[in-house]
Amino acid sequence: MARQMTGAEMVVQALIDQGVDTIFGYPGGAALPIYDELFQQDKIQHILVRHEQGAAHAAEGYARSTGKPGVVLVTSGPGATNTVTGLTDALLDSIPIVVITAQVPTFMIGTDAFQEADTVGITRPCTKHNYLVKDTEVLASVVHEAFHVATSGRPGPVLIDIPKDVQFAKGSYTEKNKASTGHYAPKLKGDIDQITALAAMMETAKKPIIYSGGGVINSGDSATALLRELAKETNFPVTSTLMGLGAYPASGDQWMGMLGMHGLYEANMAMHDCDLMINIGARFDDRITGRIDAFSPKSKKAHIDIDPSSINKVIHVDVPIIGDVAHVLEDLLRIWKSRGRKTQAEGLEKWWKQIEEWRAIRCLDYKNSEKVIKPQYALQRLEALTKDRKDRFITTEVGQHQMWAAQYLGFEAPNRWMTSGGLGTMGYGLPASLGVQVAHPDALVINVAGEASWLMNMQEMGTARQYNLPVKQFILNNERLGMVRQWQDLLHGNRYSHSWSEALPDFMLLAKAFGAKGITVSDPSDMDDAIMEMLKFDGPVVFDCLVEKHENCFPMIPSGAPHNEMLLGDAGVEDAIGDTGAVLV
Amino acid sequence: MSPLKIKKGTSRKSAYDLKDPHADVIERHTLACIVTNEAGVLARVIGLFSGRGYNIESLTVAEIDHEGHRSRITVVTTGTPEVIQQIKAQLGRMIPVHDVHDLTEEGPAVERELALFKVAGKGDKRIEAIRLAEIFRANVVDSTLESFIFEMTGTSEKIDAFADLMRPLGLVEVARTGVAALSRGEV
Repeated sequence: MARQMTGAEMVVQALIDQGVDTIFGYPGGAALPIYDELFQQDKIQHILVRHEQGAAHAAEGYARSTGKPGVVLVTSGPGATNTVTGLTDALLDSIPIVVITAQVPTFMIGTDAFQEADTVGITRPCTKHNYLVKDTEVLASVVHEAFHVATSGRPGPVLIDIPKDVQFAKGSYTEKNKASTGHYAPKLKGDIDQITALAAMMETAKKPIIYSGGGVINSGDSATALLRELAKETNFPVTSTLMGLGAYPASGDQWMGMLGMHGLYEANMAMHDCDLMINIGARFDDRITGRIDAFSPKSKKAHIDIDPSSINKVIHVDVPIIGDVAHVLEDLLRIWKSRGRKTQAEGLEKWWKQIEEWRAIRCLDYKNSEKVIKPQYALQRLEALTKDRKDRFITTEVGQHQMWAAQYLGFEAPNRWMTSGGLGTMGYGLPASLGVQVAHPDALVINVAGEASWLMNMQEMGTARQYNLPVKQFILNNERLGMVRQWQDLLHGNRYSHSWSEALPDFMLLAKAFGAKGITVSDPSDMDDAIMEMLKFDGPVVFDCLVEKHENCFPMIPSGAPHNEMLLGDAGVEDAIGDTGAVLV
Repeated sequence: MSPLKIKKGTSRKSAYDLKDPHADVIERHTLACIVTNEAGVLARVIGLFSGRGYNIESLTVAEIDHEGHRSRITVVTTGTPEVIQQIKAQLGRMIPVHDVHDLTEEGPAVERELALFKVAGKGDKRIEAIRLAEIFRANVVDSTLESFIFEMTGTSEKIDAFADLMRPLGLVEVARTGVAALSRGEV
C-alpha cells in the first residue's frame, strides 16, 4: 500500500526523490506547513532570499550552471506574484525551474482572501505549464510530472500552486516511477531524410556557417561535444547567440565570436554572406536577425530545434529538423561520415580568407584612456586575470555591460555563462550569481553588472552574507542607464530623458552595511591591483568600478538595418536608424 | 524624424515583420484539438490566441470522453499559411493538448453549427418567416402569437444566409453554438 502522508510531507518527499538538494525560497502564512516539514529534515538545503524575484533568478542561475532544475518555494499572493518576472525570464531563455507557490485554502479560493491571488491565472502565459492542486491524493504525482515537464523537450518554468488545506490533508504518496508523465514526450530523434538533406548541403557549401544557440547547452554535454566534433571535422566557422556562449570554446580556431545586434563584425558579415546556415538550437531572435527581409539573403538555411513552434516562426528555412540537438548531431555526423566526409575544401579556404579580412577590421578595438577606466578595458583586465580559472562562472545584469561582457570575456565550456537573454531582466545577475555559487561553493563566481541593474535586486547581498557566498559583484558604474542613454544618443537627439540617477548610493558603505567587502577603483593604473584584491578576498565583494560615463557599445546593428550595415564606432551614428527602425526596440 | 509615422504594410526597413497580416493570402482553417479535460484548459488555449494575436472566428468546446477526461476544442481561425502553421505548432506544444487536427488541410470535413433565431412579427411578415423556415428546414421550437424561435443546423454560411433573410422579418436575437466539425470517411 502506498505510503500515507500529509501534502506538505509529500512535497518534501517528492523533492528528495527528484534529487533536489537546494531550494530557494521565502516563507509566509500559506506555505507554513511545507516550511515546517523542511525544518524537520536535513536532505534539502533551503536558501532564504530577501525577495521572491531573487529566489526565481537564483534558481535560474543554479539550473543554468548545473543542468539540473532549480527549485523555488514561496507563499501565496505577493510571494507568488513576485516570481512572475523570474518565470517569464526562464520561459524566454528555456531554463528549467520548478516554482512551488502556496495558496489560500481551497474553500477560500475566490473570496478575495488575505494574500490570495489567482496564481495559475497570472502565471499561465509565463510558464511552460502550471498546476493548481486541489486534492492531496494527486499532489505527489503532480510534483513528479512538473519536474518531467520542466526538464523534457524545450526546458522551461513550471509552477505548482498548493492550497494550505491540501498541504495539511493526508493522502497516499505516488512514487516517482509511478507518476503519470507518459503523455508529454517530445520527439528527440530528427527526421533522417531531412538530416541527410543537410549532410548533402554540407558537401556542396562553399560559404557555410554554424549558428549555435542555447539549445546546444540545454541538450547537455554530449551536444557540446558533438558540436565541437562537427566543427572540427568540417572546418566550418562557428558563431553563437548570447545564450549559446561556451558551447564552442572561445579559444577554438573556428570561433567567430557572438553574432547579432552587438555581435562581432566577422560573425555578422559571415551570416549575411554565407551560402549555408546551420542553425543549431537557436531561434532566429530579432536581436540576431536584424531586418528580416535582408537576413542572409543568399543562403540555404537548416534549423535544428526541439520545439516545432520555433521552426519557420520568423525565418523560413529550407531544411527543418525537429529533434534534440545531441540526437540530431549524432545522426548528422554519422550520415555525413558514411557519405565520405566531403566538404568543398577549396571553397572553404576562400571563405576563411574572406573571414580573415573581416577579422582584420578588429571590430572590438576601442580608444583606451589613461585617465578614466573604459568599461571594455575593465573587462579585458578581468578576462586576463581570471581566464585561467577553470571554475570561473560569470553572470550578468542587463545592458551595455552585458554586451561588453559577451564580447570581451571568453568561455571555454558550457554552463559557465548565465545571462538574461530573451527577457532582458535588469536585476537578474546578483541573485543568479548566488544560485551559481550555492551549486558550486568553491568556484569563482563573478556578476558583471551595471550599477542601475544591480540596485534592482541588491537586497540579495543579505543572502550572500547569510550563507557566506563569496560572489564578486563587478559593477561597471557609469552613473547612467548606459544602454538607454546610448539609444537616446542614436534616436532621440541626445535628450537623456531619465536615463541617469542623481542619487546613487555609496557602494563602499553599502558593501559594509551588508557585511561584504567594498572595493572602489577609478584610475586605470589601479585596475589590476583592485581586481586581484577582489579575487583574493574570501567572501562577497562589491566592486565599484567607476568607468567612462558616455561610452557607447559597438559594434552595433542599428535597428531596422541588415547584418552588413554595422556601426563600428561613434562615427556614422547620425541618422543610423531610419523611421521604421525607430519604433523597434 | 517621426518614429511613429509607419505606413501599414512597410517592412522594408524593419527588424520585425511589420507587414500587414491582411496583405497576404488569408486562409480560414478549422482546427480540432483533443485536450485533457481539466480546469483552465480552455483558458490556456484562448490565452494562446489572444497572447500571440491570432484570430478566433468560432470556438466550441465540450467533453467527448468522460472516462478518459478528454475534451474536443474546435477552433475556426484565419491567417496567412505561415500563421496557421504557427498556431498549430503552438497548440501542439501545450502540455494538455494531445492532438491537433487541421480539418481544412487534412481533407474533406463536415462542419455544422446549431443556431436559434427569435423572430417577432405579425401578419405577412410572420407568414413569410415560417415559409422561409420551411425552405431552410428550420424547426420551430417555441411559438407565441407574436414570435417564433427557430432552430437550425447547418454550415455557418447557411446560418448567415438565414439570419440575413430573417432580419427584415423581425429578427430579435440569435444564439449560435459555433462550429463542430469531423473529417469525412473512416479515419
